[in-house]
Amino acid sequence: MSEPILDVRDLSVSLVGSGPPIGAVDRVNLTIGRGEVFGLVGESGCGKSLCALAIAGLLRQPMQVTGGQIMLGATDLATIPQRQMRRMRGDDVSMIFQEPMTALNPLMTVGDQIGEMFVLHRGLSRRAARKKAIEALDQVRVSSPERRINAYPHQLSGGMRQRVMIAIALACDPKLLIADEPTTALDVTIQAEIVELVLELCRAKGTAVMMISHDLGLVARICNRVAVMYAGQIVEERASAEIFNHPSHPYTRGLVDALPRLGRRLERGQRRLTEIAGVVPALHEFPEGCRFAARCPRVTSECTAASVPVTQLDGGGIVRCLHHV
Amino acid sequence: MLQLLLRRLAQAALTVFIVISLVFVLFSVIPGTFTSSLQADKRDVSQDVIERLEDELGLNDPLPVRFANYVTDLAQGDLGVSYATRRPVSDMLSGRIWASFKLACAAIFFAVCVGLPLGFIAAIRQGSWIDTAAMTFAVSGLSIPGFWAGLLLMYLFSLKLHLLPTFGYGSGGLSHLILPAITLGIAPMALLARTTRAAVLETLNADFIRTARSKGMSERRLVTRHLARNAFVLVLTTIGLQFGSMLGGSVVIEKLFAWPGVGSLLIDSVGLRDIPAVQGAILVIVLFFLLINTLVDLAYLVVDPRIRYN
Amino acid sequence: MKAGPNLYIGGGIILLVALLAIFAPLIAPYHPVTSANLMYAEEPPSMQFWLGTDEQGRDIFSRIAYGARISLFIGLAVQVMNTAIGVSLGLSAGYFGGWWDEFVQGLTGLMLSIPTIVFALALMAILGPGLPSLLIALGMTDWAYSCRISRAQVLTQKSLNYVQSARIIGFGPLHVMFRELLPNIAGPLIVVATMGVGSAIIAEASLSFLGLGVIPPNPSWGGMLSSAREQLMIAPWVAVFPGLALFVTVLGFNLLGDGLRDLLDPHGRTRR
Ligand SMILES: Nc1ncnc2c1ncn2[C@@H]1O[C@H](COP(=O)(O)OP(=O)(O)O)[C@@H](O)[C@H]1O
Ligand SMILES: [Mg+2]
Repeated sequence: MSEPILDVRDLSVSLVGSGPPIGAVDRVNLTIGRGEVFGLVGESGCGKSLCALAIAGLLRQPMQVTGGQIMLGATDLATIPQRQMRRMRGDDVSMIFQEPMTALNPLMTVGDQIGEMFVLHRGLSRRAARKKAIEALDQVRVSSPERRINAYPHQLSGGMRQRVMIAIALACDPKLLIADEPTTALDVTIQAEIVELVLELCRAKGTAVMMISHDLGLVARICNRVAVMYAGQIVEERASAEIFNHPSHPYTRGLVDALPRLGRRLERGQRRLTEIAGVVPALHEFPEGCRFAARCPRVTSECTAASVPVTQLDGGGIVRCLHHV
Repeated sequence: MLQLLLRRLAQAALTVFIVISLVFVLFSVIPGTFTSSLQADKRDVSQDVIERLEDELGLNDPLPVRFANYVTDLAQGDLGVSYATRRPVSDMLSGRIWASFKLACAAIFFAVCVGLPLGFIAAIRQGSWIDTAAMTFAVSGLSIPGFWAGLLLMYLFSLKLHLLPTFGYGSGGLSHLILPAITLGIAPMALLARTTRAAVLETLNADFIRTARSKGMSERRLVTRHLARNAFVLVLTTIGLQFGSMLGGSVVIEKLFAWPGVGSLLIDSVGLRDIPAVQGAILVIVLFFLLINTLVDLAYLVVDPRIRYN
Repeated sequence: MKAGPNLYIGGGIILLVALLAIFAPLIAPYHPVTSANLMYAEEPPSMQFWLGTDEQGRDIFSRIAYGARISLFIGLAVQVMNTAIGVSLGLSAGYFGGWWDEFVQGLTGLMLSIPTIVFALALMAILGPGLPSLLIALGMTDWAYSCRISRAQVLTQKSLNYVQSARIIGFGPLHVMFRELLPNIAGPLIVVATMGVGSAIIAEASLSFLGLGVIPPNPSWGGMLSSAREQLMIAPWVAVFPGLALFVTVLGFNLLGDGLRDLLDPHGRTRR
């Protein structure tokens, strides 16, 4: 791998309230190379968004970074002052969110919302920013951008709004784009289009992508490497082809089995594909030992005894399981 | 947009008509109101004088005829003749409308200038002592009877500190306006502070605020460019509605401060059971309220593109 | 969500006022009306007259104690009337829809476009002064808000399972509306009604203050203030204490309403 652009070391995020802090993200390590497309998967509620927000410095009360480093190049985002973080946000690190319907300011034209990036980070005048905004809209393949620049978000479809979000996020050619389930809320027919658009633009700009999704299939297809997250911990991280074809952690195995695949038929009476039984535990219910134990087919008494260490795999990558394959 | 405007105007016109009919019916179907109004006044009038007067005023015509007459007169700006003063009601009202308007505007100005920032600061500093203090202040403002607050202010600022005149209209200057305006503005101010706080908190949690943060802007820009306007849209309706309930409050406050407005005319006329004057005053108040609400709707057209383009 | 301090402070205040009202004859040192004695007119607060006397020499504390009866009675009675009207209209409008819904909504809009107290004044002009008129005038004019809330609530609940199954079992509309729907939407309505008692008390006090409500010499807090302006210079206590009683009582209902909202309506459907 080339020199990393993002190097997250032992990142912990906790809910800090009136009582003792409750850990939500537990010593997460992530490394993303320059221009790499990196995947982060896991069911809903596993802590993916919290990781993303922590990296972008967007955590809000009561969530706080309670440990670790977030190295973007040579700067540790976890410790730099607010003002400096603000300057880097949008310029060096950008983020796209899940909900295109509500992520844009309803009272501002999309032109102003895109242009704001150039005003903020390039010091352009509103006029000049407007011209750049038209270019940016054109880049995300919105037809007749000169006209659309004056549209308000409610006049655009969900896919169109997500394109605007992409234009905003990539306006200043950031080094890293965090895309938090960018297509989950969209119509299936345009999901692929949006993902392609993100990848293509990032490739052109040399922007690294951290693609967050609950869809292992999607992530495995487009990413070089994938990390699987469960209950606030990374449970497996490997090259995407391997993780997809030979999942090592039982949770990853479960995710893979749940995917619809060509040539696989649903048996009669089977409601959906083999879903993993049970749900992700809530923050305050994380168990002592392996956090997946309660849902794991391979569980033994050792699993629940003490927390499970990370094992280095032979072919590169890591897994957090006593009974990994 | 034009269509929307026209529809609003048509709605308002319909409401006005219904209110006119309602007021007419209320005061016409009950027999003997005129008689009792004279008797309530302890005036010694003989039965045939009453009958002659009733005839003269057309009170014995069939109801539909009287309604038709009433509406025709209204359309010509004729609100009838006061039983008590024998002057045209429109004359009695004309000077008072301006006084009431001035008072209402001053009160809402006070309410907005204090209530909006108060709610805003409380929301931004949610959970701090400022928030607690502001919201305690607001719930107190909501609970204090206006006329009592007026009495206290009068006692403090006029009688003790000799800073402002106690009551009356004076020559129409600012000094006479201040106390009644603040008194009248307390309740809307309190409500506005609470609504603003709720609106700002709601907006702070909105996704687009997170997007704005992700762009890397200063808190100041975030608040002025993204938060304030969106929160204000949520508050706008309250401001309009407050104007309405304030018109109600002004009836009492005008009386307390001997403010020569429509409200004190209404009270005096109700006391005298001077039906034409009561009708006229109510009509003016309702018209004013509808006007305000139409203006608020127009304001929405200006600030909220979602409405402008739908 | 747990009960906050508002609930207890508000409830405590109202409990105290209610006790004052109930035990007024035991608590009040003097008779509220017949104790008038010009010898003692406008005495400042003292051991003999705890809160001073008014221009007729009546003990203000005694009149406040008896006035609590009127304020609470009118506040509650008026609010019961308003809530009954508002809920019946709102429930049926939301339940039946169609032209009835249109009509009720139009009526509500109309009520909202006439300030409550102005409407009440108009009714008082027709009905003349006195307690029955006062109850009618206030009890029929302030229902628009609970009507809107119950209608909106019914619309969101109507399609839910329990309503559907009650219909399928064959319960009539009255049963479904009042036995199935009402208990499920009661939370927000209780909040609105609680705060409404406060406004009703203020409305009664305002009318009495204007001399159009409770007829003197019956002690009502608003009525006690009606002559206060003229005596403000020489006897400010005449203005201060009855108003304070009003303020604290209304504050009690508003705090209780806030507290109940945190408890019953955490989503803020009744926030305003
Ligand atoms: N502000 C918050 N307050 C309390 N719990 C939170 C908050 N944000 C996230 N959580 C909890 O943290 C866990 C991880 O959330 P999240 O990162 O959003 O999951 P994901 O993005 O993987 O679906 C969830 O259990 C969620 O309920
Ligand atoms: Mg998420």
